Amino acid sequence: MATVNDDAPPTTSKSREMRDAALQTFTETRRDTLLGRTVTINRPRAELYAYWRDFARLPTFMDNVERVDVLSPTRSHWVVKAPGGRTVEWDALVTEEKEGEMIAWASTEDADVPNSGRIEFRDAGDRGTIVTATIVYDPPAGVVGRLIAKMFQREPAIQARRDLRRFKQLMETGEVATSSRTRAQMHEEAA
Amino acid sequence: MRALTWHGKHDVRVDTVDDPEILNPRDAIIKITSTAICGSDLHLYDGYIPTMKAGDILGHEFMGEVVETGPGSTLVKGQRVVVPFTIACGSCYHCGKHQYSACDNGNPADNQDIGMELYGQPMSGLFGYSHLTGGYAGGQAEYVRVPFSDVGPIVVPEGLDDDEVLFLSDILPTGWQAAENADIEPGDIVAVWGCGPVGLFAVQSAFLMGAARVIAIDHFPRRLELARRFGAETINFEESKTYEALMEMTGGIGPDAVIDAVGLEAHGFFVDNVVDQIKASLMLGTDRIHSIRQAIVACRKGGRVSMPAVYGGIVDKFPLGAFMEKGLTLKTGQTSVQHYMPGLLNAIVEGKIDTTFLISHRMSLEDAPKGYRMFHDNQNEVTKVVLKPGFTETAVAAE
Ligand SMILES: NC(=O)c1ccc[n+]([C@@H]2O[C@H](COP(=O)([O-])OP(=O)(O)OC[C@H]3O[C@@H](n4cnc5c(N)ncnc54)[C@H](O)[C@@H]3O)[C@@H](O)[C@H]2O)c1
Ligand SMILES: [Zn+2]
Ligand SMILES: [Zn+2]
Repeated sequence: MATVNDDAPPTTSKSREMRDAALQTFTETRRDTLLGRTVTINRPRAELYAYWRDFARLPTFMDNVERVDVLSPTRSHWVVKAPGGRTVEWDALVTEEKEGEMIAWASTEDADVPNSGRIEFRDAGDRGTIVTATIVYDPPAGVVGRLIAKMFQREPAIQARRDLRRFKQLMETGEVATSSRTRAQMHEEAA
Repeated sequence: MRALTWHGKHDVRVDTVDDPEILNPRDAIIKITSTAICGSDLHLYDGYIPTMKAGDILGHEFMGEVVETGPGSTLVKGQRVVVPFTIACGSCYHCGKHQYSACDNGNPADNQDIGMELYGQPMSGLFGYSHLTGGYAGGQAEYVRVPFSDVGPIVVPEGLDDDEVLFLSDILPTGWQAAENADIEPGDIVAVWGCGPVGLFAVQSAFLMGAARVIAIDHFPRRLELARRFGAETINFEESKTYEALMEMTGGIGPDAVIDAVGLEAHGFFVDNVVDQIKASLMLGTDRIHSIRQAIVACRKGGRVSMPAVYGGIVDKFPLGAFMEKGLTLKTGQTSVQHYMPGLLNAIVEGKIDTTFLISHRMSLEDAPKGYRMFHDNQNEVTKVVLKPGFTETAVAAE
């Protein structure tokens, strides 16, 4: 996607055109915002892929995802935390998949929070595996939009960055770091 | 439990708070037997470090007895351990390179954003040292939760007192790393700014690494006296001009290596320092950097600069020209304590390094606020305060 003298990923481009061109490669539905986040994890590629592919386990490191029900090898149902103890739900489909390398998904047509993206795993030699999440979503608009904005609580880019860091912590250390002192404090922070 | 908590500039209190609990598999709970107040704690006390919250428990130099362990801990109840102030996972890329203070995973994910904004990459986790470095409760308390307890804490062999090994938690490895970062060659002359605990351990370490001469700089007579005990020559910057003295004492060459063990609260009425203080009070700049500035200017051409001293923000009037034109090298960083602990424990056992000389005051945890005030107000006599939660008497001066 980059020009001849620029190898930077399109998600980091200053040019709207570049980012739009990259968006086109993603889904048939037109969406507005593209974000990319990369983390290097000191574990083998196959292990990371396998953990991620079992979508029911994603809530262990995705803070705002309450539950993922796996309905079939390609269809899953997502239950995501919203303010006031409520939840927002949608179905997602695996649109493309390369064993050990890449999983792409898209929410179904009727989703309140249309989103799609892919997660890629590449070997990084001694350093383990480079994991890149690319996420496409509609910026919030209207009533539902405001709900979504609150639901994400923070900018999705930050949320994605934090989720990837927690994934790294879990894979590298077997646990997600917390600085809480007591269980009560930890639950308060997770709410 | 009782714990020393931060409430604002020059306001620390001993409060009753909830006991810590095991939250992750690799955690352990330690019952504190000794914990020290550090020069770095004074930066918090003086309100220089951002992202502190009222009620935060301070303390990153501590040791004690293992009282509870998670299923992933390798510690055993009843063991006596010293805990490194850096929280490191032992399994990330940086830990693999023994850069424990750069661990990717010690700092909770949500806390990493601030470091990312400020420094480009997130900081690692530290005990009791602001939310920038994790917001972990510190060890100036009766109990502390220690994450990754299978990697950090070192078990103390029988027959060693707390006072002999406590400083393995921070300042001894920090002084040692400072000397190591100075890449000392046999015959070198090494100059050390600051004769606080870090500077004094750097003096001892520099000699052990082959320095022919060490020149220590401070203005507190008692601290200079301690440096002399270990064979250093000294410069009292209130009585002599530091740069001129260093040039004369090194045959007009300058020291081969310079170590800044002062940090962002450099004392003294030097013109550049006063400008920094005015700017700091106007919120224009945060760090006062007299000592590092002077160290760079004094260092010989092609020499090495080691900076264990803590800086937090952006500085101006950094002598970048002198640094480049003289071809200097600078090494710095929070200490990778885990890397140095085993070797330094041996050095203590073999009597190569003296640690207890430093302690000027031992007091109970309840007296901690007084300990902070004394350490802050009277650095000449107060070289190191050790708090003992089990202690009943108050403010016992050593010797
Ligand atoms: N890198 C690390 O991991 C690490 C660990 C511990 C401490 N530290 C830092 O190391 C520094 C020293 O720690 P400490 O516990 O020894 O502190 P300290 O405050 O006890 O000692 C600092 C000494 O510097 C002297 N000083 C002040 N201005 C000076 C000047 N212009 N020239 C020469 N000396 C001057 C003071 O009189 C004092 O004796 C602090 O910045 C601390 O935060 C870093
Ligand atoms: Zn310290
Ligand atoms: Zn690590």
